[in-house]
Amino acid sequence: MKIAIPANGSSSESGVCNAFGRAPYFMIHDTETNKTVYLENEATRSPDGAGVRASQSLVNANIDVVLTPRCGGNVLRVLDAAKVKIYKTEGESLKDNILAYKDGKLSVLDEIQAGLHGRRS
Amino acid sequence: MGADRKPTIAVLSGKGGAGKTFVSVNLAAAAGRSYYLDCDIEEPNGHLFLKPESIESEDVTVLVPKINLEQCDACGLCVDFCRFNALAHIGSHLLIFEEICHSCGGCVLVCPSEALTEKDKVVGRIEKGRAGDVIVITGILNIGEVSGVPLIEKIQDVERNDGLTIIDCPPGTACSVLESITYSDYCLIVAEPTLFGLHNFQMVLELVSLLKKPFGVVINKFTKETNPLEDFCMKEQIPIMARIPHDLKLAKTISTGRLVIDQEKAYLSLFKKLLADILGELN
Repeated sequence: MKIAIPANGSSSESGVCNAFGRAPYFMIHDTETNKTVYLENEATRSPDGAGVRASQSLVNANIDVVLTPRCGGNVLRVLDAAKVKIYKTEGESLKDNILAYKDGKLSVLDEIQAGLHGRRS
Repeated sequence: MGADRKPTIAVLSGKGGAGKTFVSVNLAAAAGRSYYLDCDIEEPNGHLFLKPESIESEDVTVLVPKINLEQCDACGLCVDFCRFNALAHIGSHLLIFEEICHSCGGCVLVCPSEALTEKDKVVGRIEKGRAGDVIVITGILNIGEVSGVPLIEKIQDVERNDGLTIIDCPPGTACSVLESITYSDYCLIVAEPTLFGLHNFQMVLELVSLLKKPFGVVINKFTKETNPLEDFCMKEQIPIMARIPHDLKLAKTISTGRLVIDQEKAYLSLFKKLLADILGELN
């Protein structure tokens, strides 16, 4: 199973990014191989629709679970369509959130950020 | 400007509340036969003062893509093409985000299997009415719409043949303002005589200079104290077309939705002179 978290940088110390669509990187952790990689988020260069683009990249990377402090309605629509589950992060540590998810301590993200496009699903 | 067309004057300012609508409606009414175009489509309020009658309303639409999933082979070309990311594909399912779409039609063109077509989406409406000699055209953007540019384009397409045009612009310097002044012959910038007013004025100045439009300034809420806006205009040799005093009577007239030129002869003269001076600058 592959887990993605928006990250401020490309190392485990960089911390969880508060933005989703325009997070500089996504940390991707594979629970089967126990390997972690950092995917540069090309959506940061998008003039518009960064959430859609970022979610599309994660779907293309076969992500199963997303851990994020928040996300907008468009992100939810893409991830929902791809049956990706979304959980709410706790604290800033990337590693701790992966562990918390594995231990079943994170809750499902149920509040949607009204972003630029203001849609609540 | 063609020989048979009267000039278009755009009234703009760097911030809301500077007095764009106040100047626009009084200028249009002072002009006699004229067109007042309210391009401040997120909160059009010129009609409150001009009180147009016999209003005709027309919906304004933009084109957005429509998918026929049976024909879509999920190649992803449309998703890659859209620089605004208005499309996403999940397996064989295509998602369309209409509010992100800029109506370029590119996705329809690149689709190799003709699965995408276009459909109309209503984004707002234009109301056209008459207030005495002034034809009042008001753009109203639907709540939740992100871009007013298509609506402002349509407002300016309304046929005009007899009389000059006053455009009441949105505040600031965003795309909607650019669209509102692109086809104007003259830009009248309304600004307040404060440091904040000067800062906002300079933003607009940059925009009108970029478009090489002839322009002048109306100082609104003017007092006799020295002010940074006037100092700046003097130094840069920017024409100050009018100074409208910080006058309680004006505030009272505006708060009851009346035109100041109907109430005070001095203001009728001020706006008539302002108009004549602008037309003088254009000739």
